[in-house]
Amino acid sequence: MARRTKRIRVTVNGERYEKEVSPSKSLLDFLRMDLNLTGTKEGCGEGECGACSIIMNGKLVDSCLILTVEADGQKIQTIEGISRHDRLHPLQKAFAEKGAAQCGYCTPGMIMAAKYLLDHNPSPTAEQVLKAIAGNLCRCTGYGSIVDAVLSAAKER
Amino acid sequence: MKGIDYFAPPRLEEAVSLLRRYGKKAALMAGGTDFLLRLERGLVQPGVIVDLKKIRDLRGIKSNRAGLKIGAATLMDEIASSHLIQTRYGILAKGAAAVGSIQTRNRATLGGNLCNASPAADTASPLIALGGRARIAGAKRVREVPLEEFFLGPGKSCLQPNEILKEIFIPSPVQRSAGSFQRCTRTAMDIALVNCAVFLSLASKGGVVQDIRIVLGAVAPTPVRVQAAEDVLRGKNPDEKTIEEAADCAAAGVRPIDDVRSSASYRRAMVRVLTKRAIEEALREAGGEA
Repeated sequence: MARRTKRIRVTVNGERYEKEVSPSKSLLDFLRMDLNLTGTKEGCGEGECGACSIIMNGKLVDSCLILTVEADGQKIQTIEGISRHDRLHPLQKAFAEKGAAQCGYCTPGMIMAAKYLLDHNPSPTAEQVLKAIAGNLCRCTGYGSIVDAVLSAAKER
Repeated sequence: MKGIDYFAPPRLEEAVSLLRRYGKKAALMAGGTDFLLRLERGLVQPGVIVDLKKIRDLRGIKSNRAGLKIGAATLMDEIASSHLIQTRYGILAKGAAAVGSIQTRNRATLGGNLCNASPAADTASPLIALGGRARIAGAKRVREVPLEEFFLGPGKSCLQPNEILKEIFIPSPVQRSAGSFQRCTRTAMDIALVNCAVFLSLASKGGVVQDIRIVLGAVAPTPVRVQAAEDVLRGKNPDEKTIEEAADCAAAGVRPIDDVRSSASYRRAMVRVLTKRAIEEALREAGGEA
């Protein structure tokens, strides 16, 4: 069977892209390989670890479990798109201040999950933070410093 | 995964005709949270993917006096956070909220959860307990199947090759009715070791159980109703002994397996515990004095 490609249009971090993509390419691979946005990480590739979390049309999703063709016409925000003019997002600042990143691999996904939470619930409890990051695995921190960072960013905002 | 073609038709009829055109080469996808895993692992090798998410008729929650209609491509999170479902069909909201992470619930759909036909599907047990019915679109007509007859085995539903699950219909709950959804699992993200949904109604006065459905997940090849346990309670004003008898009956009526998550005997023990808890909670909520 001949290799087919599809033309898609997406807006990523405010920029519009029009690209030919293979229908079987994951959105994660598209962001990393085609757009060079390597902040979004691949952990498990199976929707278990949350390292590839992005916000698409206002919803937090795992980009490894989405085909690029499904993103046609959608608006996407990745970790690269949350700071403004080199000013860190309050969550990024809080993660740095509280030592909430150790190896750092889960951090982009963790921050996107935390951002999604704060977008919907500006002053969460510690328990609500833990629930909101249930889909994001961290093998280093034990989550304590991450929860602290999210709570402190919530106060900042 | 070479040379896959992808269609996202805007209308249900087009999706059905794509299925007819491509036959076995075509695979249906909604949220993709299960399907793309299977694609990645080579467990499915379709030539054509038919994405159902663009089809308006498959989206949304609508209610009227007869009951509630939920489009098959409605997101899990829309169901879990719907005020209407939380208040009138609470056990379904709880089941939907138990599925995966928020990342998953923002993609996964009700129809996908059902059509994958996992015995552990957390929306299946509540829907069967609520008397839910599947409306299935084929080339010529839409047929309706009670959800308890929808599942045939692990990964197998009664859907025919040219059919698409269109929506789920749940009849309006009668007066003095209530339910409970119970689940046990290892971690927040894991699938259920056992889940249990109970929905019951009481007679117009007092604590006599008029009707009851007890449904268990992850303890048989499909979600199962345990009618013998229901019979113990129907027509009775249950005391603690009757409830325990029903729970024993439920434990005796399931066929759990040993697997990586749990042993069969542990599952059976948990069936007893969860069934008892669910009956007690449903009785309390419905206004009985259990």
